[in-house]
Amino acid sequence: MSTRLANGGRLLDKGRKLDFTFNGTRLRGYEGDTLASALLANDQMLMGRSFKYHRPRGVVASGAEEPNALVGLGEGAAFEPNQRVTTTELFDGLTCTSQNHWPSLNFDIGAINTKLSRFLPAGFYYKMFIHPRPFWKHVYEPIIRKSAGLGRAPDQRDTDTYEHFYAFCDVLVIGGGIAGLQAARAAGAAGAKVLLIEQTAHWGGRAPVDGGTVDGQPVDKFVDELVSELQGMDNVTLRNRTMGAGVYDHGYALGYERVTDHQPKAKGPRHRLWRIRAAQIVTATGAIERPLSFAGNDIPGVMLASAVRDYVVDYGVSIGDRTVVVTNNDDAYRTAIILKKNGLDVPVILDARVPTQDSALMAEAKSLGIRVLMGHAISSVQGGKRVTGVEICSQAGEGAVLEEIACDVVAMSGGWSPVVHLWSHCGGKLIWDEATAAFRPDVDKAPTGATGAPFVTPAGAANGDFLLGDVLRDGNSAGKAAAKAAGHSGAVPAAPSAEEIAEAPMAPVWMMPQGAGIKKRQKAWLDYQNDVKVSDIQLAAQEGFESVEHAKRYTTLGMATDQGKLSNINGLAILSDALGQPIPQTGTTTFRPPYTPISFASITGEARDARFMPVRQTPMYQWHVENGAFFEPVGQWRRPYTYQKPGESVEDAVAREVKATRSSLGMLDASTLGKLLVKGPDAGKFLDMLYTNMMSTLKPGRCRYGLMCSENGFLIDDGVVARVGEDAFLCHTTTGGAESIHGHMEEWLQTEWWDWDVYVANLTEQYAQIAVVGPRARETLEKLTGDDISAEALPFMAWADITLAGLQARVYRISFSGELSYEIAVKASEGRALWDALLAAGASANITVYGTEALHIMRAEKGFIMIGDETDGTVIPQDLGLNWAISKKKEDYLGKRAQERSHMSDPARWKLVGLETVDGGVLPDGAYATAEGENANGQRETQGRVTSTYHSPTLERGIAMGLVLNGPDRMGEVLEFPRLDGTIMRAKIVDPVFFDKDGEKQNV
Amino acid sequence: MSNMVSALNGASAKGFVEVRDMGLQGMITLRGDLNAAKLKKAARAVGGADMPEQGHISLGDTGGAAWMSPDELLVLVPYTEVDARLSEIAKAMGDDHHLAVNVSDARCMFGVSGDDALVREALAKLMPVDLSARAFQPGQFRRSRMAQVPAALWMQAEGEARIVCFRSVAQYVFDLLKGATSPGSEVRYLAR
Repeated sequence: MSTRLANGGRLLDKGRKLDFTFNGTRLRGYEGDTLASALLANDQMLMGRSFKYHRPRGVVASGAEEPNALVGLGEGAAFEPNQRVTTTELFDGLTCTSQNHWPSLNFDIGAINTKLSRFLPAGFYYKMFIHPRPFWKHVYEPIIRKSAGLGRAPDQRDTDTYEHFYAFCDVLVIGGGIAGLQAARAAGAAGAKVLLIEQTAHWGGRAPVDGGTVDGQPVDKFVDELVSELQGMDNVTLRNRTMGAGVYDHGYALGYERVTDHQPKAKGPRHRLWRIRAAQIVTATGAIERPLSFAGNDIPGVMLASAVRDYVVDYGVSIGDRTVVVTNNDDAYRTAIILKKNGLDVPVILDARVPTQDSALMAEAKSLGIRVLMGHAISSVQGGKRVTGVEICSQAGEGAVLEEIACDVVAMSGGWSPVVHLWSHCGGKLIWDEATAAFRPDVDKAPTGATGAPFVTPAGAANGDFLLGDVLRDGNSAGKAAAKAAGHSGAVPAAPSAEEIAEAPMAPVWMMPQGAGIKKRQKAWLDYQNDVKVSDIQLAAQEGFESVEHAKRYTTLGMATDQGKLSNINGLAILSDALGQPIPQTGTTTFRPPYTPISFASITGEARDARFMPVRQTPMYQWHVENGAFFEPVGQWRRPYTYQKPGESVEDAVAREVKATRSSLGMLDASTLGKLLVKGPDAGKFLDMLYTNMMSTLKPGRCRYGLMCSENGFLIDDGVVARVGEDAFLCHTTTGGAESIHGHMEEWLQTEWWDWDVYVANLTEQYAQIAVVGPRARETLEKLTGDDISAEALPFMAWADITLAGLQARVYRISFSGELSYEIAVKASEGRALWDALLAAGASANITVYGTEALHIMRAEKGFIMIGDETDGTVIPQDLGLNWAISKKKEDYLGKRAQERSHMSDPARWKLVGLETVDGGVLPDGAYATAEGENANGQRETQGRVTSTYHSPTLERGIAMGLVLNGPDRMGEVLEFPRLDGTIMRAKIVDPVFFDKDGEKQNV
Repeated sequence: MSNMVSALNGASAKGFVEVRDMGLQGMITLRGDLNAAKLKKAARAVGGADMPEQGHISLGDTGGAAWMSPDELLVLVPYTEVDARLSEIAKAMGDDHHLAVNVSDARCMFGVSGDDALVREALAKLMPVDLSARAFQPGQFRRSRMAQVPAALWMQAEGEARIVCFRSVAQYVFDLLKGATSPGSEVRYLAR
């Protein structure tokens, strides 16, 4: 059983006990524990079930590479699935539950899959579920969805906060092991501004566990001194609990800081995403130990050798009483030696190698009385939910059992792979290192920045240097080089010297034993989380999935939440062997950010709830909120669709607003309309090019409606232009068009007509604009002004500056409703004051504030087009019968030549008409008018479509506009519009102006 | 005067530094040839400060001028004097091509004040700008973005930042700043 040792645990504060629960059971750990070490200290080895076969799974590693031990952490709003216990720091009150099992962790029905594994090989889904076709959607997929999956999704809103932080530095060092610390010291000494980030809560990486001597003192003491020296340097920042998640172009990197994960009650954000710009990046990301592929290597109790000693040294936790060590390298001997020195039994070290003489570590192990068997291997591991023993064989053979040894832990080591992820993210290339049987960075092919110069430097174990002295020297030179490349060349002291312990060369072992038969290969796991075995990769190769990327996707190797940190190299070695080609020829799969999963919330940062996205508010917004506005989004604005009175439906409210406006007086907040000031001697000429009609002839004091087209002739915006000065025009745009039309104008001025004297300013937000509409509009305004606004002084399509309610106002007499109508602009800061004054002045005329829907209905009753309804990017003004607004005199305007192309002048283009339903109902929006026959795709032919459709409260019937083939020539014809329910609606083609055709109401 | 209100009517929030709506600030967009003597003279006279260098703002006793682009200045004047100053510009520029227009009401101005480094840290949560004291000094002027909206920034003095955004997003920007300055969320990168 796994238990807490009486002594040891360098990271623990045994004076501080912490209570936590696992699957409802109360357990106890210490300050400094990870959730993994605390569970192990309580003999909780079984932590979850695998994805496919629901095999029992225990912890296998001690760090970020852990594939198995994932739990659901927290409860309610703080619940989060798939949390890695090895990187979760224990805190008081932590609660967690195991995943992917039913009904319980100990007894799981899904484990039947493991008995069926013969029938569930790689590619099983692809082969099995393809026939019959409809079964996939209705039978297979629902069943698979039920049985697959790890954690469950949270069902409550996350109540924590998250944020971003933009940081800038000369040198970013990723990894706080001794290579990273030394690199930071060197770069700092050279004068660079350095940011050093480390994913764990501790500095020094593996060095304090693995031991050694630096400058004559123990390495852990050296680390402490180096950290305090760095903390004293003004130009160096150290940040732990911050993982380098990704490296991107131009020295951009992401750091993922887990600010309060370890103290959830503390103030502050839970996670902070560091968005870092660094001139140079040093990746000192260490190395990951590889498992060995032998039968039963997934049984709980089989662990990485380094992890076994981490738990002893860092957390004072023994995984078991009897540990068999199996290895192909010297490093695992350290585990045997540490276990022995802590009074634990190591019955045997199985070394796959056959060395000619003992290395220092071998000799030390033997001197401690440990039995060492060279050239030996594990034939298979015994046990179910826990290791009970191993069968030993010769590595060179096929697995004939030589001996059985009882044990409860197997500590395995297949060598070490440099963590090359961050080096590779932005294009750093790898080379195969024969000596360590690992890919390491090809320093001659580094990721390059804007100048073509490298901006990433690998250091230490991440660069393939594993010996203490080499790591320090490499870290030092990487830091110095990075600082120099960032422009800092101060004096850098030499790296400290370390006492070297020579190690015997490792021997690559990809399968154990070398001649393992199919039965053993089917039990030799590569990817623990996704249940990919040696036999699966071999099958993939056999079936032609020869590219490593194809084999990965066929078998799901490395596609689990650990992204193959343990399985990648072993898998591609097996693939290479099956293909009979060297490993470098097979290559690796692509390393993509993030290094380990980061929370979605950290990516979201502050952008949630009120800050999810900007909501643009007009000066009258608060009034709308207080008066029952039912809002609709219009771009980033939120505009009132209608104002509901208590007990009133949306439809009723809209009808009331329309009727009141038509019969007496309405008022609209039109502030969102774009207002672009165009000024300069060439302003008229410029507007003549932008609009289809003539603007330069407009007289000061007058307004004109205009259309704007893209270069391709399509209608993109419309609005009223007012000439506000001899050389100045104010162009009104649609609400959604303000920014884009401003950009459109600037683009033409800056790229094509750069020599024209025109400046543009966007004044959209400078003014609050209020439309006062209806038969009683004039008399209401007259109550608030002494200026003459009579029909003679201020005729239709004119504007005037007046004093209204004591405010400077510009009044445009324009109409989008067909009523007597004024749009009044005042400074935004005075908008609410004018609004309130108008409400008071209009009270006796039953002034009714209306929203966008009433606006739309009234414009449709008048047959006025709406950008976005009658246009969709494929419509030209001629389609809409707007030829009157297209100048024939002008030599050119944007879109003119495009509109002369054959397809644009084709008489068969659908044209705008009104549609009047036969039964008075409302046509569905976007409905098509059908024609006889079918097209080449077997679809019904069409001859028109609805672009706008409303119930008109004024006419008390449905009205619509639509584009119809030869429409204007077919007045009175009835078209058929099928509805979604299969019924057909009939509508007569009519003139699009439904109401007050002669415009008598607005000309008063 | 009582009719005029800034977007947030002087709202404020106190976190690890203080955020406040600075109220109505007169602002004039002045576009033209920034090298022309006439324009330089007019800008100096109206803003009460020297012509700013590219990427800078120059401040006087009652106003200033900020460099917005190669042909645009933002001239700061007291809110109530905007019309008078616009007339001065028109008179000084005469027939020379330019554009000068009141944009005071289209904007909202925020102040963030407190410990200098903490002020910078709060803003660095929202703006992709190197806000270290070394990189961004009083006198510099930056047009950038704050989360999802455009914003301009300068340091009025040590520990005193000014932000200009569009009026319609004033509430959004206030909410952003309030969140970024919430107690306990100090980053301690620029501040030690």
